[in-house]
Amino acid sequence: MVPVVIKIKKAVVSYREDVALRGVSLEVKAGELIGIIGPNGAGKTTLLTLVNGLGHLLQGEVWVLGHNLARGCPAALRSKIGYVPQLPAIDPRMPVTAREVVMMGRYGRLGFFRRPGPGDWQVVDRMLELVGMTALAGRPIGHLSGGEQQRVAIARALAQEPSILLLDEPTASLDRRAQQQILQLVQRIHQERKLTTLMVTHSLAGLTELCDRLVLMKKGRIWKTGNPEELLQDRVLEQLF
Amino acid sequence: MSILSYKFMQEALLAGLLAGVACSLIGVFVVTMHLSFIGVSLSHAAFAGALFATWLGFEPLLGAILFSLAGAAAIGPLADRGEFNPDTPIGIIFSITMGLAFLFMGLLPGPKTQALELLWGSILTVTTADLWLLAVVTIIVTGLVVMFFKEIQAVIFHREMARAVGIPADAIFYSILFLTGATVTASLRSIGGLLIFNLILNPAAAAYQLTYSLKYMFFLAALFGVLSCWAGLGVSYILDVPSGAAIVLTSAVIFVLATIFSPKRKVKQWQENE
Repeated sequence: MVPVVIKIKKAVVSYREDVALRGVSLEVKAGELIGIIGPNGAGKTTLLTLVNGLGHLLQGEVWVLGHNLARGCPAALRSKIGYVPQLPAIDPRMPVTAREVVMMGRYGRLGFFRRPGPGDWQVVDRMLELVGMTALAGRPIGHLSGGEQQRVAIARALAQEPSILLLDEPTASLDRRAQQQILQLVQRIHQERKLTTLMVTHSLAGLTELCDRLVLMKKGRIWKTGNPEELLQDRVLEQLF
Repeated sequence: MSILSYKFMQEALLAGLLAGVACSLIGVFVVTMHLSFIGVSLSHAAFAGALFATWLGFEPLLGAILFSLAGAAAIGPLADRGEFNPDTPIGIIFSITMGLAFLFMGLLPGPKTQALELLWGSILTVTTADLWLLAVVTIIVTGLVVMFFKEIQAVIFHREMARAVGIPADAIFYSILFLTGATVTASLRSIGGLLIFNLILNPAAAAYQLTYSLKYMFFLAALFGVLSCWAGLGVSYILDVPSGAAIVLTSAVIFVLATIFSPKRKVKQWQENE
């Protein structure tokens, strides 16, 4: 029997006067790739941040890899969860290279006072190769295109050697070609590594082949969940959006 | 007899070395994290603290330390709880401490020379105690940058990402702000509250123009900071002009030269021609 690695029970999250999640419950089994879709403000990003402990749980329960997050999310647990946030605006003159950004994924595992060793750099170079960024590894991160920065962010999350991968709109603000490349990369990573993956996306193309399951969110609630073929129907999407 | 054989000049050069390193290292945080006004804000907090201590009959530096560190400690939580960009609480601290400074100046009878000296500073009249304080802060700042370089690098790059990979990003960020307060306070007597702003910003901004490596940026900033102080002192002696002004203008010249010869500008021109 496949173990459940994420268990969310009646989770409520509130920011200021807005209730972002209203009693959300979800179970995710090891190795599943789940697509999360829904209109803006549905609570999709909040659901991801609940899993890696960056969101503030008001009520309910969240269990991740056997840890109850109501008691806080220890740094050691965070280092097992690779998180790719929405593409941030990066200063083009930021004095950090793509290779150094990927190495940052190792920092949580290394802990204080330990410097990256040759083994860590090997992991970093392997991840850069996996996402097709070896040739641009020495370039300043701010000089890369949006699609390239997104690949670096995915490599950084993978360099953590995570048990869970969280992707928040990895194809947002990218052109069609870059979107396809990123989705193919996510699919390849999932096939090769069988990583439990939660991906928030607005890009519906290719989700049928990519995802094991879809979660449709609306107004802070999980509206429907199930098979992508059944849910990616015009009549369902019209009601969702 | 060479000017370098005078004790006051030797002490001024030592103060320039220590303050140049500490302020410039702090400047790297200030420039990369876009906290430009933190120097001026905390030096005015220190000024208000010095006036408050003088009014109560205590040593002005004690009040300066207290207010500067309290201001630095308040910026991070104020920014995070209020969901502001840090520039907003920096401005709020600046306005509050300016108000307090004017209040204490009004309440303080007689001359305010001691407190005002902290605002202007005098690198040529530093005491052994000032040098010790500066040395301790410089060693702490340098040591922490070396020890926690990887955590600092991640926080400078993206605080949320740093938090997500398991780095205590908020503690690192608050510590950076606290160290800024400590550096401002330790440099008050020698560099002066008004000049610190310059010594924090210019050498780091010059280094930012020249490298894409954070390690080199720290190194270059420290080098430019010391160079500004030492060359400024030399210019001040040769031209018989105030040392503080000479240090400020020297660091400004270094910044202008770094901007003109910046390889980062060449990249921009290449992009335009493509």
